[in-house]
Amino acid sequence: MKLSRKHLLGLEGVSRSEIETILNTAESFKEILERKIPKVPTLRGKTAVNLFFEPSTRTRVSFELAEKRLSADSVSISTKMSSSEKGETLVDTVRNLEAMKVDFLIVRHSSAGAAHFLASRIDVAVINAGDGCHEHPTQALLDLFTIRQKFGSFEGLKVVIVGDALHSRVARSNLWGLGAVGADITICSPPTFLAPGMENFGARIESDLDKAIQGADVVMVLRIQMERQGQHFFPSLREYAMQYGISRKRADSLKDSCLIMHPGPMNRGVEIAPDVADGVRSVILDQVTNGVAVRMAVLYLLSGGELDDAMAH
Amino acid sequence: MRWLIRKARLLDPANGIDRKGDLLIEEGKIARVGGEIRIDGEVSEIEAEGMTLTPSFIDIHVHLREPGREYAERIETGVRAAAAGGFGAVVCMPNTEPALDTHASIRFVIEEAERWGPVKVWPAGAITQGRKGEKLAEMGDLVRGGAVAVTDDGDPVADSDLMRRALEYSKSFDIPILTHPEDKTLSRGGVMNEGVVSTRLGLKGIPAAAEEIGIARDLRLAELSGGRLHVQHVSTAYGAELVRRAKERGLPVTGETAPHYVALTDESLAGYDTNRKMNPPLRTSRDRDALREALASGVLEVVATDHAPHGIHEKETEFDRAPFGVLGLETSFAVMLTHLVRPGHLSLPTLIERMTSGPAGVIGKEHLGIVEGRKASLTLFDTERSQVVDPSRFESLSRNTPFAGERLYGAIMGLFIGGDRIEPVQPEESNTRFPLPLTR
Repeated sequence: MKLSRKHLLGLEGVSRSEIETILNTAESFKEILERKIPKVPTLRGKTAVNLFFEPSTRTRVSFELAEKRLSADSVSISTKMSSSEKGETLVDTVRNLEAMKVDFLIVRHSSAGAAHFLASRIDVAVINAGDGCHEHPTQALLDLFTIRQKFGSFEGLKVVIVGDALHSRVARSNLWGLGAVGADITICSPPTFLAPGMENFGARIESDLDKAIQGADVVMVLRIQMERQGQHFFPSLREYAMQYGISRKRADSLKDSCLIMHPGPMNRGVEIAPDVADGVRSVILDQVTNGVAVRMAVLYLLSGGELDDAMAH
Repeated sequence: MRWLIRKARLLDPANGIDRKGDLLIEEGKIARVGGEIRIDGEVSEIEAEGMTLTPSFIDIHVHLREPGREYAERIETGVRAAAAGGFGAVVCMPNTEPALDTHASIRFVIEEAERWGPVKVWPAGAITQGRKGEKLAEMGDLVRGGAVAVTDDGDPVADSDLMRRALEYSKSFDIPILTHPEDKTLSRGGVMNEGVVSTRLGLKGIPAAAEEIGIARDLRLAELSGGRLHVQHVSTAYGAELVRRAKERGLPVTGETAPHYVALTDESLAGYDTNRKMNPPLRTSRDRDALREALASGVLEVVATDHAPHGIHEKETEFDRAPFGVLGLETSFAVMLTHLVRPGHLSLPTLIERMTSGPAGVIGKEHLGIVEGRKASLTLFDTERSQVVDPSRFESLSRNTPFAGERLYGAIMGLFIGGDRIEPVQPEESNTRFPLPLTR
């Protein structure tokens, strides 16, 4: 199985079989990562640039490791400065990189559509590592991978996404991804954090957290960005934690088999209680581990690799 | 120079004219309108069988960018673009740098425009000094200089008391206040219509209510003050409904919408095309359909383009960072014909009213029409002729059209203003498609 696309800009429009190809490929790479020497020559001679216009540790390092494990050459550019402050436009920055003959551009940017913008203007495979409030496809893929690892399939799984759905690219990518594989999705947010028309994206909306998590197989907790305070979305962090935080008590009401996930970085004590984050149901660190394998799979497949060959490594 | 236009469909709905015939222009005036005109002596005959001749179009909402942003448009190029679109007159907005808030700046625009040919440029002055929304600009002096209206377009006048006084004060001069209705606290940070599509694209939305609250406030202030209010770029169904209700109450209110609002919807932003980003933003198909009806019924009596040139480098960027605004002058008629008239949403005579007598009425200018003895100001077009929109051939200095690559019906074949004739030429003959007869 091959992936017949050049870029991975989002999970909108990505089919179930494409997702399964990526997850199956990641399965093979996961096995490689458990070897003594977790490295294969698959992408030797290829060059990847990790271009991060927003601060990130987890995602950037995860991509860097994925590239190194596949023997690609990689360069990371992290800048808090927007391109305008440097006096250079985004497209010029990237055209310069293209001129240096790179194969992959992994881009994170605070503006939705930034990855689309670049993909339409340069002849390099673009992987969206998060664009504004739009999508973060590799995060959703690693979430799917982690869920499948625990449950084997997605049929009939009840997944509850809790928190700031309005500003969350993780939520959007998961809505597309979970929807494509047939999971049963509920979004639980304060109404101020529900994006308009979100009821049309195949998820149930439930604003009462205790009701929403009843019978859940997966609770996916979204990060509250601290800058949302003072923007009238909720009165205080204290009230948010009371109404929408996954407290110890709420965690205890969940099924034993229920997974608690968080894309990180966490605000312990706000959207998730510290002992819940570290508790038995938490797979938050498994998500991080799986992220490397999933990103290896995406890089490999976008470079034209085939699933069967990945299994032969 | 005498021009004899032969066998055109002569269409001037405001004067009840719609018939096939000849029209003679002599000494800059419409000398005769008739079935078949026979004359002796030297005359330039124009074979116009199958074409339509109407009063020249008027666009009461354009940005010519000069002074201040001459890289995006100049008065010269804006006037050329107007001619290419079949416009005999435009009203330019005062959000230049500096703003058109003094007599001198109004005179500058008028005199600069006069250097470039017969297309009329009627400036609108600013309501407030520097468009800052703090103090009234010298409205009387602006009008004395030639301003036909006042507006802080690009921004609303946020201070309701100041807006009230502007409406009251404007009554001395019998000019309309053109309002850009927007509650900035609701639209803050938004870059497109708020709705399902903004949710899908992850872009911050501008709710329809941000515009409708502005319209509702200004309509109440118009009633309170008795001033003449013209609502600019109505983009929502309820916005048009508010204007309808105000008219029903007998208020002296008029309204406009732009071709892009009745041709496109927010769905077309799926590719993050910054050439589809404008304020107010493209709305839903429900809004688009309601605006089409509002134009058909006369709730909105004006099609105005909000022609907003921006440099290529300004639009070639992240969607969030790109400036608001799209070009309009060179595609307005063809977009309206292709998207509204041909599918049957609007009749051709109604469209012509919305582009001629409607806008003239708003700014208190005489509708010249197709009337013997009046100054000739006429547009000739071919509704069956189509062309693919090629921004590289625009007369405008800018390229930011949402219609690039689209095949549109309705080619402008010529413009007659006074004794001047402006007509398209083949590209190999000239750098410009519509060379203007210079008057300097």
